[in-house]
Amino acid sequence: MSVPMSLLAMLEEGPMYGLEMKHEFERRTGGVWPLNVGQVYTTLGRLERDGLVAFDGDRDGNKTYVITADGRASLEDWFGHPVQRESPSRDELVLKLLVASNAPGVDVSAVIRSERRASIEQLQQYTRLKTDSSTDADVEWMVLLDSLIFKTEAIVRWLDVSEARFASDPRHVSQPKGPMPAEPLLDQPSMPERGK
Amino acid sequence: MAVLRLDRVSRIHGSGHVQVDALVDVSLSVEAGELVAVMGPSGSGKTTLLSLAGGLDLPTAGSVLVDGSDLATLNRAELARLRRHSVGYVFQQFNLIPGLTAAENVSLPLELDGVNRKEAYGAAVDALARLEMAGLENRFPDDLSGGEQQRVAIARAIIGDRRLLLADEPTGALDSMTGETVLRLMRRHCDNGGAAVLVTHDARFAAWADRIVFLHDGRVVDEAMASTPESLLADGTAL
Ligand SMILES: Nc1ncnc2c1ncn2[C@@H]1O[C@H](COP(=O)(O)OP(=O)(O)O)[C@@H](O)[C@H]1O
Ligand SMILES: [Mg+2]
Repeated sequence: MSVPMSLLAMLEEGPMYGLEMKHEFERRTGGVWPLNVGQVYTTLGRLERDGLVAFDGDRDGNKTYVITADGRASLEDWFGHPVQRESPSRDELVLKLLVASNAPGVDVSAVIRSERRASIEQLQQYTRLKTDSSTDADVEWMVLLDSLIFKTEAIVRWLDVSEARFASDPRHVSQPKGPMPAEPLLDQPSMPERGK
Repeated sequence: MAVLRLDRVSRIHGSGHVQVDALVDVSLSVEAGELVAVMGPSGSGKTTLLSLAGGLDLPTAGSVLVDGSDLATLNRAELARLRRHSVGYVFQQFNLIPGLTAAENVSLPLELDGVNRKEAYGAAVDALARLEMAGLENRFPDDLSGGEQQRVAIARAIIGDRRLLLADEPTGALDSMTGETVLRLMRRHCDNGGAAVLVTHDARFAAWADRIVFLHDGRVVDEAMASTPESLLADGTAL
């Protein structure tokens, strides 16, 4: 989530000062990511140093900023190119399955089951946040929940496919049943919260 | 009393080396207000479980109770009556009647129950509208897309005051937004005191349930039930 780019996008519509930007940012993201004024000014300072915004004087005692030509180009670039995804090699869950599949005495399908249960329970919690809102209220909030839901669903699908793959692999067919795996990897789901 | 109760139910097809254990020793209870999802790979027994719950098939062992009555003790007429009155069933392959319009397909169960034609038709139009099918009431199934036929099938299952809703992959032909509409309806059905079993292999839709049961080779292998998220309880600012 790029705060600098979001600030640039707001300045694209006209000069603004910090507090205004904080409120506008929170409105646009459904209040999901609270931002303090200090953060806004720190970010603006960095953008100014890089020549992407310029100080535009005081308005009612508030330091006001405008976007520069370079700022505009960089914003255009952001919208025009896909977001950089995190490197997939660091995924702990993938690593856990790969290690489990080769560890003697570990039942990889039991590991998968417990991970799947945890993922689905997390999905249930996200979905409850959705059911508590009405169909068309708060589009931003729904879009955020959808993104969490689809990401978690993708994990479940991948677990299903992995289970089938391990089951069809002769090396895994008659694994001795190990003890129930320890706690699933999912961190205690940090539930998104709406601010305000 | 549970709306649906499966007590150590098995369903074996054939015998000897062609024997298929479609369902083995499954117990499941669904209370009023509860939405239960059943997940599992293809061939794991999901449709079998649902047909047994709806009295479309009988178990080879164990018992199935709907609203307290053991389906095995009912005669054909009683079973048919229970199916029309208490159970709404959404089939995996819609099962719409080709010669009837969308609204006629939906109103049929009410008419069979003696509700007058006009009233049944009105209720059907209503049920279709709730599934965003207004304007398509007079189309024949052949002139509807897969997703639209699916919604007619769902409307037919939710019409009337049938307490137990059984749905076999009801979101299979639907896009995400329409699928969500269907789940909201099922959720509301249960929140209003009904009960439902949803068969799906889509975790995103299963997550609307209170409880998720996982089948594998005819057996229940796991169950999921999320606790209420703590942050919702922690302070009032969460929502
Ligand atoms: N009438 C039948 N005769 C023989 N086998 C059957 C019959 N109906 C279902 N089965 C078998 O029972 C198993 C479970 O089927 P089903 O309940 O349709 O699975 P699912 O809906 O999970 O895909 C499958 O192996 C299927 O081939
Ligand atoms: Mg099936």
